[in-house]
Amino acid sequence: MTLSVRTCPTVDEASAALAAGRARYLGGGTLVVRNASEGDLSFDTLVRSTDPALSRIAVAGGEASLGAGVTMAAITRHPGLAAIAKAARAVGGPAIRNMATVGGNLFAAAPYGDFAVALMALGATVEAGGKALGIDDFLQVRDDIRTMVTGVRFPLPAAGAFRFVKVSRIKPKGVSVLSIAAVIETDAGGAVCSARVALGCMADRPIRARAAEAALVGATLTEAGVAKAVAAVSEGIRPITDPIASAWYRGEVLPVHFRRLLLA
Amino acid sequence: MAKKVPVQVTLNGEERAEFVESGATLLNALRGRFGDTSPKGGCHQGTCGACSVIIDGELKLSCLTLAEACDGAEIVTTAGLATNSAMHPLQRAFAEGFAAQCGFCTPGMIMAAKALLDQKPDPTREDVIEALSGNICRCTGYEPIIQAVLAAAAASPHKAA
Ligand SMILES: Cc1cc2nc3c(=O)[nH]c(=O)nc-3n(C[C@H](O)[C@H](O)[C@H](O)COP(=O)(O)OP(=O)(O)OC[C@H]3O[C@@H](n4cnc5c(N)ncnc54)[C@H](O)[C@@H]3O)c2cc1C
Ligand code: FES
Ligand code: FES
Repeated sequence: MTLSVRTCPTVDEASAALAAGRARYLGGGTLVVRNASEGDLSFDTLVRSTDPALSRIAVAGGEASLGAGVTMAAITRHPGLAAIAKAARAVGGPAIRNMATVGGNLFAAAPYGDFAVALMALGATVEAGGKALGIDDFLQVRDDIRTMVTGVRFPLPAAGAFRFVKVSRIKPKGVSVLSIAAVIETDAGGAVCSARVALGCMADRPIRARAAEAALVGATLTEAGVAKAVAAVSEGIRPITDPIASAWYRGEVLPVHFRRLLLA
Repeated sequence: MAKKVPVQVTLNGEERAEFVESGATLLNALRGRFGDTSPKGGCHQGTCGACSVIIDGELKLSCLTLAEACDGAEIVTTAGLATNSAMHPLQRAFAEGFAAQCGFCTPGMIMAAKALLDQKPDPTREDVIEALSGNICRCTGYEPIIQAVLAAAAASPHKAA
């Protein structure tokens, strides 16, 4: 089979090319080129865009906005994104990080999608086909999206509010057993006033741990204070099974790592 | 017959143009068309690092890169490191430190190490381990490779060229 590649100078042209025929967008290619090499016949055209807007990073007024083509490596290098850099650093090895884009991570099936887990905890907005979608909604409909994602934006978390852990068996790089991202804000007395918690590998895509979030509000981040949230974190999970870990194992270790993340 | 498309690159300092199969990976194009067999195809799916090359200054996996997407790019492979038949400091350190056994991972290891030393001429052991974390070696147990990269860094006090 011949795979055609279309290079478009603007996002608009790329979007139009995507709408026509059996085309897929080519981000960094770490997943889609692999699929093509493995004989995936569901597409015959890869569309790429050299639009500079796609690789733009803007940090201003407490908000960050990232073009869909921004790579994990670019995020780790940007001084304004230091607070969330560890989530980008968790993706693959150095070569993968030089290639892997934000846009591609939003579509990556578990065990991949570690950065998307972070974006979910950050309450990101995804711009797709000229529309802005909350990330929770976006992830629900991503399989049906036939248009281009152009970028994401999210409020930058207060200092120390962003927490992230990726658990893997091979160090320093390795595929996720699970990943957890959380944005937790506390008041002057140390009580949690808001919490968003996102989990990776606990379904085929990132999910919110809503019961744990609810249990955290008003609690203090102490052993006794977090107990309810830790007990609630597994509510509604359907972990994946793959060669890295079984669903059972992932479910068993989730509360352990969540507790450690909260008490860290 | 698969459609052929022209791809023009600067490969190891030399301007080159070839027709490659539409949708071909850079790895297959380099080995099959450009005649540079230094990048190795281990897994063809991003996990082994044997195909690592430096594209426009950044370490990339040539098995997951489309040749057509590299039109106009500057590509450096291990084949381009030696100057006038004198080995690059990294090559010498690998040879002297027994950091290559079967040698299959070596070109990828050397590219990953070069990408590190280009950014950080004086890396720590942890920097080296991190920089090589996308490259698999089935022979050496890694320790000689880590030592070789540190030795190459020590041998060239300035940026590794
Ligand atoms: C060895 C290896 C290790 C990895 N390790 C990790 C890891 O630790 N953590 C992790 O999260 N991931 C990992 N990945 C998976 C992958 O590299 C990342 O998820 C990456 O972010 C995907 O981005 P990409 O740009 O390469 O996607 P691509 O392969 O280019 O695209 C993936 C999918 O998203 C679609 N897409 C991409 N961009 C857009 C857009 N702008 N608009 C619409 N659709 C789009 C594509 O059409 C395709 O269907 C790994 C992959 C490999 C090969
Ligand atoms: S051949 Fe490219 S990473 Fe293995
Ligand atoms: S020397 Fe044989 S794989 Fe590394």
